[in-house]
Amino acid sequence: MLLTTNDVKKIAYLARLGIEDHDLEAFTHDLSNMLNLMTQMNSINTDEVEPMAHPLPQSQRLRADNVTETNQREHFQHLAPHVEDGVYLVPKVIE
Amino acid sequence: MNSAPWEIVIGLEIHTQLATHSKIFSGAATAYGAQPNTQACAVDLGMPGVLPVLNQDAVNKAITFGLAIEAEIAPYSVFARKNYFYPDLPKGYQISQLEHPIVGKGYLDIDLDGESKRIGITRAHLEEDAGKSLHENFHGLSGIDLNRAGTPLLEIVSEPDLRSAKEAVAYMRKLHELVRYLEICDGNMQEGSFRCDANVSVRPAGQTTLGTRTEIKNINSFKFVEKAINYEVERQIEIIENGGRIIQETRLYDANKDETRSMRSKEEANDYRYFPDPDLLPVTIDEQLKAQLKAALPELPAAKKQRFQAQYQLDHDAAHALTSSRAMADYFEEVVKHTTLDAKLCANWLTGDLTAALNKADLDIQDSPVSAARIAELLQRISDQTISGKIAKQVFDTLWQHPNSTADTIIAEQGLKQITDSGAIEAIIDKIIADNPDQVEQYRSGKDKVFAFFVGQVMKAMQGKANPAEVNKMLIAKLTP
Amino acid sequence: MHTKTIKQLAEGLRAGTFSSVELTQHFLTRIEKFHALNAFITVTQEHALTAAKQADKRLAEGNAPLLTGIPFAHKDIFCTHGIKTSCGSKMLDNFIAPYNATVVDKLHHAGAVMLGKLNMDEFAMGSSNENSFYGAAHNPWHENVVPGGSSGGSAAAVAAGLAVCATGTDTGGSIRQPAAFCGITGLKPSYGRVSRYGMIAYASSLDQGGPMARSAEDAAILLQAMAGFDEKDSTSINEPVPDYSRHLTESLQGLKIGLPKEFFQHGLNNQIAQDIDNALNEYRKLGATIIELSMPTLTMAIPAYYVLASAECSSNLSRYDGVRFGHRCEHPADLTDLYLRSRAEGFGSEVKRRILMGTYALSAGYYDAYYLKAQKIRRLISDDFQHALTQVDVIMSPVTPSHAFTLGEKTADPVHMYLEDLYTIAINLAGLPAMSIPIGLSADTPEAPKLPVGLQLIGAYFSEAKLLNIAHAYQQVTNWHQLIPTGFE
Repeated sequence: MLLTTNDVKKIAYLARLGIEDHDLEAFTHDLSNMLNLMTQMNSINTDEVEPMAHPLPQSQRLRADNVTETNQREHFQHLAPHVEDGVYLVPKVIE
Repeated sequence: MNSAPWEIVIGLEIHTQLATHSKIFSGAATAYGAQPNTQACAVDLGMPGVLPVLNQDAVNKAITFGLAIEAEIAPYSVFARKNYFYPDLPKGYQISQLEHPIVGKGYLDIDLDGESKRIGITRAHLEEDAGKSLHENFHGLSGIDLNRAGTPLLEIVSEPDLRSAKEAVAYMRKLHELVRYLEICDGNMQEGSFRCDANVSVRPAGQTTLGTRTEIKNINSFKFVEKAINYEVERQIEIIENGGRIIQETRLYDANKDETRSMRSKEEANDYRYFPDPDLLPVTIDEQLKAQLKAALPELPAAKKQRFQAQYQLDHDAAHALTSSRAMADYFEEVVKHTTLDAKLCANWLTGDLTAALNKADLDIQDSPVSAARIAELLQRISDQTISGKIAKQVFDTLWQHPNSTADTIIAEQGLKQITDSGAIEAIIDKIIADNPDQVEQYRSGKDKVFAFFVGQVMKAMQGKANPAEVNKMLIAKLTP
Repeated sequence: MHTKTIKQLAEGLRAGTFSSVELTQHFLTRIEKFHALNAFITVTQEHALTAAKQADKRLAEGNAPLLTGIPFAHKDIFCTHGIKTSCGSKMLDNFIAPYNATVVDKLHHAGAVMLGKLNMDEFAMGSSNENSFYGAAHNPWHENVVPGGSSGGSAAAVAAGLAVCATGTDTGGSIRQPAAFCGITGLKPSYGRVSRYGMIAYASSLDQGGPMARSAEDAAILLQAMAGFDEKDSTSINEPVPDYSRHLTESLQGLKIGLPKEFFQHGLNNQIAQDIDNALNEYRKLGATIIELSMPTLTMAIPAYYVLASAECSSNLSRYDGVRFGHRCEHPADLTDLYLRSRAEGFGSEVKRRILMGTYALSAGYYDAYYLKAQKIRRLISDDFQHALTQVDVIMSPVTPSHAFTLGEKTADPVHMYLEDLYTIAINLAGLPAMSIPIGLSADTPEAPKLPVGLQLIGAYFSEAKLLNIAHAYQQVTNWHQLIPTGFE
């Protein structure tokens, strides 16, 4: 296998995905298979190739610096699991 | 501090909020001080399905900065996502620039005790600001306000060319002055419009490789930058001299304790997984836009200072003080334009009395209660000898208290007009000569210094209103046997 | 009424043969009747009837656009203001979208009547609809067979006559593959042709919305209403939208069809190969010539796609953190716990796998080997297509290597499932437009049910009108697109 369960634990933390210990083996197995598939790419030489980020070679359009949005706080905060006095609440942020 | 065998190496990363009306990728307002989350629109909140569209003015301001530091403006620049989880970062990534920043290598010359030193600027890139975490009054939880999320920032990264906390502050001040000159940033440090991270390392003098650095985050005043760097330098030297090693880490400056401390929360796995943002296309900047923005560049501080020295015969210090901000320079030129008084004397007034009054009231020149036109009227009365310089100070004090009044009104109301009537002056002089025979004797026996005594007596008797030139002329005539 | 074309229905509405309310009620009744198909996540009955009433009023006033009063449904990936928009995920099970996607606004203004929101693989990741939090939709051709994915609900609903047409999205084949599996017509437009604003992102540089319908003619009408420049989407293209219906009937005389030999090699089901041969014969009769092409980089499309799509998804899905919307775990102990558990509970296994894969591919030390390499291969594939499309007018290929498979057949092995996308994902990498049209039915045997087969048509950038023309010409001389699965007549 290309990955160890420890690798997967690290990646999962980076992605902030909680993974139960009993699922770890299965994820490690599946991800290793996926990586196997991806290493097929190495069969092609791409040394002189320019990477392609977008299908069309266009440039970014720019918008005029105008304020177009109005306050919709209540509307948006209806969706939030925990708000108080207009702010979103989360467990204590430690800096 | 025993820093003799140590060389200090500092590089600054300065985040300037660009003074646009709307956010960098959305149409929400950027105004400071609004109620929490009232300026956070669907895009700023990272709602499912929303997309960013780039603000033209943020791009223009970045280019303007680049032109001012003689940097290369990238014809092609790319936005990338910097991925990390933090509650004030709504999308779980910050849109920033990594490989193709909009502004390339440039420089800034700083003044150090009259000497000029060139500080390299590695790059400047556009990015979006994050929101704010609030820690008060939420019963042990943190509150998240996303009004600031998406405010355009220009992150200006210097080369590690700075060699002391003092140099770092000089550079930071110079940059602060520049962005305000260019009117791309309001420079308000209390509101976080101009924030500094410092990369600090030390190495034995003569060593060419850099020591391990630490990054001190978010130091938001000139004073704290100096203190934080000095503290950090001392801390690092002490560790090394005791045989320890510096750990590369992010540290936070605590102004209350005047110390830096490790920010462990930012330390774990700093793997930001940058990649080009697929929602944004490459930004291309053509020569036409560059030329247009170049033509619109204001006169920059260094050029203005030189011009002030040449055009107004000011000395270096006066020119420096008057060009410290665009508003001050404009104020000065407005005054000079409206009075025939010598520009040097005008400069003295602005750098002296006016600046002192502003400092005392904690005001910027833009907020001066006394306008340039009013000051010019006052100085004109010195020029045409209606009042003396000394009386003018008195008029100025009154004007400061009553900014709606004018110099002429105050002179008239308080009867401060200079007395040039030689008869009145002569009578006073005769009396003083008669009352002070000893001093007269001293003067006549060659003690020239006594002359000042007579001038002072005459002025005192005439409450300062006598024309000093007239007094001098008549005194010399009367005292000479 | 549910077997009629948009044009026929529009005529009926204008002639007063039936009202939009009656038409809408007819479809709502069918949705209810066939609710075991699980094609819908949300049925917006009240909303639909209100919209139908407005449509009838607009029709009575005259000058109503063609889609006025036509009942359709949106894939549940498009944000609909005030209506649950789940994206097939538990994460957004409680998400009432606070705004409309541009496509939703456009169809609303076109007068179309939305019946509800259609089932899909979670966050559009999947090829069978089995990754939906709401359970898989079923294929109307056989209840034990998958409808394909990720727009499986859209394909099933249209095939079963639960909606006249539907929106779908296609990141690696998510319109074309379910269209093929369910025997309908689907079109993935050129990247940038349809606004992505309000279309919940899976892989931003690949995602594209498009029409799913019972014929090329209907698809042209739906695409007409969906396409167009949107200033809210930086990747949307500021090019005029042609009249897609106008070119439908042009002659195919002299049409050059390219067949990439890499798409007809091992792994392709014999019967599908035969059906494609038959379809090509029809095209020859219509005046086309067939040219064999070689596009060697196509074989690299699957690994490159899964790197790029996973990488983009890992970042796109970071916003689901339990703070501002969506699922939040109970009683988080601290901030990290809030993230770890909210995301663990809110996402299904396939989404997790792709987030992990993408996180890995972007992480320090692996970026060049995976992400950058994949971007370079993307360039090669795109160049291959550009080159091929200078030689031919259209490229044809299978849509899928085999017929629709049975539920549960491929869930055990994710990589096995990925190979399903063999013929479709290269097109997303290149950003080209492509269609799937029905060209046959498998033989009816006791072991296997009768299932549809699709043909893929791939064109140059912004050649949607040409593709629709090519598809329509075929549909004028065949009737595969008119077949209706048993029980849904």
